[in-house]
Amino acid sequence: MLRAVAAAEQLAILALARADGVPSFAADGTLSTWEVLSQQLVTGLSNGMIIALIAIGYTMVYGIVELINFAHGDLCMLGAFFALTAVGALGMDAWGGAGGTLGLVALLAATAVFCGSLNWTVNRLAYRPLRKASKLSLLVAAIGASFVLVNLGLFWGGMPMEVFSGGNSAAAPKAFPALVEPKPAFTVGDVIVSRPDVLVLCVTLPLMAGLTWLVRFTKLGKAMRAVAQNPTAAALMGIDVERVIGASFFIGGSLGGFAAVVYSIYNQTVGFQMGYRMGMDAFIAAVLGGIGNLPGAVLGGLLIGLVRAMSDGYIEARWTNSVVFGILILILVFRPSGLLGAKLREKV
Amino acid sequence: MAMIRPMIRPIAAVTSALACLTLALAAAPAPQDGAKTLKVFSSLPRTGSANSQTTSIVNGIKMAIEERGGQVDGWTIAYEDLDDASPQKGNWDQNLEAANANKAAKDPACVGYIGTYNSGAAKIAMPILNKAGVVMVSPGNTYPGLTKPGAGEPNEPKIYRPSGKVSYFRVVPTDDIQGAVACEFCVQDLKAKKAFVLHDRELYGKGIADVFKKSAAASGLEVAGFEGVDPKASNYRSLVTKIRSTGADVVFYGGTTQNNAAQILKDLRSGGCKAPFVSPDGTFEKAYIEAAGKDAMSPEAGPVFITFGGLPSEKLTGLGAEFVKKYQAKHGEIPEAYAVYGYEACRVLLDAIDRADAKDRAAILAAVAATKDFRGALGTWSFDENGDTTHRTMSVNTVKDGEFSFVKAVDSGAGKAK
Repeated sequence: MLRAVAAAEQLAILALARADGVPSFAADGTLSTWEVLSQQLVTGLSNGMIIALIAIGYTMVYGIVELINFAHGDLCMLGAFFALTAVGALGMDAWGGAGGTLGLVALLAATAVFCGSLNWTVNRLAYRPLRKASKLSLLVAAIGASFVLVNLGLFWGGMPMEVFSGGNSAAAPKAFPALVEPKPAFTVGDVIVSRPDVLVLCVTLPLMAGLTWLVRFTKLGKAMRAVAQNPTAAALMGIDVERVIGASFFIGGSLGGFAAVVYSIYNQTVGFQMGYRMGMDAFIAAVLGGIGNLPGAVLGGLLIGLVRAMSDGYIEARWTNSVVFGILILILVFRPSGLLGAKLREKV
Repeated sequence: MAMIRPMIRPIAAVTSALACLTLALAAAPAPQDGAKTLKVFSSLPRTGSANSQTTSIVNGIKMAIEERGGQVDGWTIAYEDLDDASPQKGNWDQNLEAANANKAAKDPACVGYIGTYNSGAAKIAMPILNKAGVVMVSPGNTYPGLTKPGAGEPNEPKIYRPSGKVSYFRVVPTDDIQGAVACEFCVQDLKAKKAFVLHDRELYGKGIADVFKKSAAASGLEVAGFEGVDPKASNYRSLVTKIRSTGADVVFYGGTTQNNAAQILKDLRSGGCKAPFVSPDGTFEKAYIEAAGKDAMSPEAGPVFITFGGLPSEKLTGLGAEFVKKYQAKHGEIPEAYAVYGYEACRVLLDAIDRADAKDRAAILAAVAATKDFRGALGTWSFDENGDTTHRTMSVNTVKDGEFSFVKAVDSGAGKAK
């Protein structure tokens, strides 16, 4: 038999563990079937919105230059590191009230500009010289860019970040401060809609609306659609094709920057390897919705988020990846151009 | 298209393995005069979040060698610190572990291999070193199947001993004891009625979760769910909803810091579940506290407990306390929990080298196996016929103000280990 040796001070800690009464740990045992389902829907939608935001970056670039930009997930990862550094340098976790909200908006904007510029730079340095080369060279360049960005993240993680130091190891995941506290914004029965869930919605919906407006109703949007349809013809009409491509990279990248901040606040963890999973989910979402199609990327993102939540909740967590990839295979077999990929493909 | 990234990874791993090898070769000291040099390798995950833990293990090993002035019985001890983790994985890597074990096996001066940290990595190194007759002493492996017949898969531990001889030893008690201690703590101290058990699907994590589940059945603790999680998922919110819906009053995670233990804890807390979160020694490192952040580990969020197959550094007595003091004087901080195990593993190896009449692999292996009543930093203990330590003191710890804090020691009698 086990012989327990306990001193008084340690028992105090145990008492603390039981302070609010033993049953309180099990207080949630009353979730009804509907409440469980609704809670899973909330989780799935929040995760799906973040995935969708990243998926737009994939799909925009594909729509215009027919490149799967494998570096996109890792770009978001660097955005998260940028946000972590900014928060640490400015001591932003201590900003409360209106200052906090303002700071959050500033953080979102700064990270978006950072990621947009970085994406623009990657395009300028790695992809533009290969514009006339075969698509495969471009793809290999994207994979190379991804490796470079991952290693930049590893390097960044090793830099001393006084306030939120990730410790002594560059590769260790770092805690991102809860700028939006993970407290319930409101509850319906026992279903919790947390403040980060609301944040996700408040950031992603306006961005998607804004992007739709930009692509449909502005001159730049028109130019983007023209380049997507036929770059040569667009050039003949006097459109500066390279400028339009650069703009698409910037916009796609900055959406990734927004996603990075939202992701970091939602999950409260930043690590140099997170880009792979972010990118993979978003890539599947983009293909699922029909790559090159903007509403398709959003639909795909939401579907992936929901499928993940349902699979975790009702099947088993270890099957989730198999379920997601299984659905992708089915879609590609029966609808190769994706859910919204029309026969006459209108890219972007 | 989706396959392109995963295909690149093995190539990257091989390349980095080669790079490490070249570096290691370049850094190797010039051959000593004569043949009076014996070589000891260690293989630990030096890259990634286990780095802080393994750095203190390496420091422990170096201190054990320095204590003897770098010499045993007139022979110079050369030590080389190998890395079995790659930056791409941020975790141990089987290709690197195999490369390290082969390197040690091929080095004629090599008489001992201290490692591994991860039980899964030991699985790779054990048969390679066993064939070569190199004695292996692990400071950190706790998966029972590596040594104990009947504790793991049916063919374990035979498959790790192609030569038929026991050549693997460990100074840390195994998970069949630790898992039972964790379960007993949940039942007796936390008064838990219903547990939700998660694991990372790795050898170590699933192994200890299995033991927990088995002990739970024996002690009347209901297991509301038993699930393997995706250790790279961005969050576990939907799993948390599932846990909440079962009304579990304790959550046990069989897994390591590198496999997202901190993320699971964070999601539990932000998902509104305050149940105590219990995890094994794979999370008993500062990186766990750092990754979880102060909010998720505050007392209001809910209690956190970590079991460990021994006593934390500040609770060690005798030689162990002396070691911690010396370590602090030298490195300016309290060592991580496994440092003393690195120190002990190296000391027991050096002691065996001292006792061996011939300084070759076979004699040293026999001397390690014959270790009886060794007076070490962990107390007085012996290796049993499987290569396990007879030392069986366990502890339960919590986190207070961003530091690990000792809760209680559990001395599991020898009869308990089944």
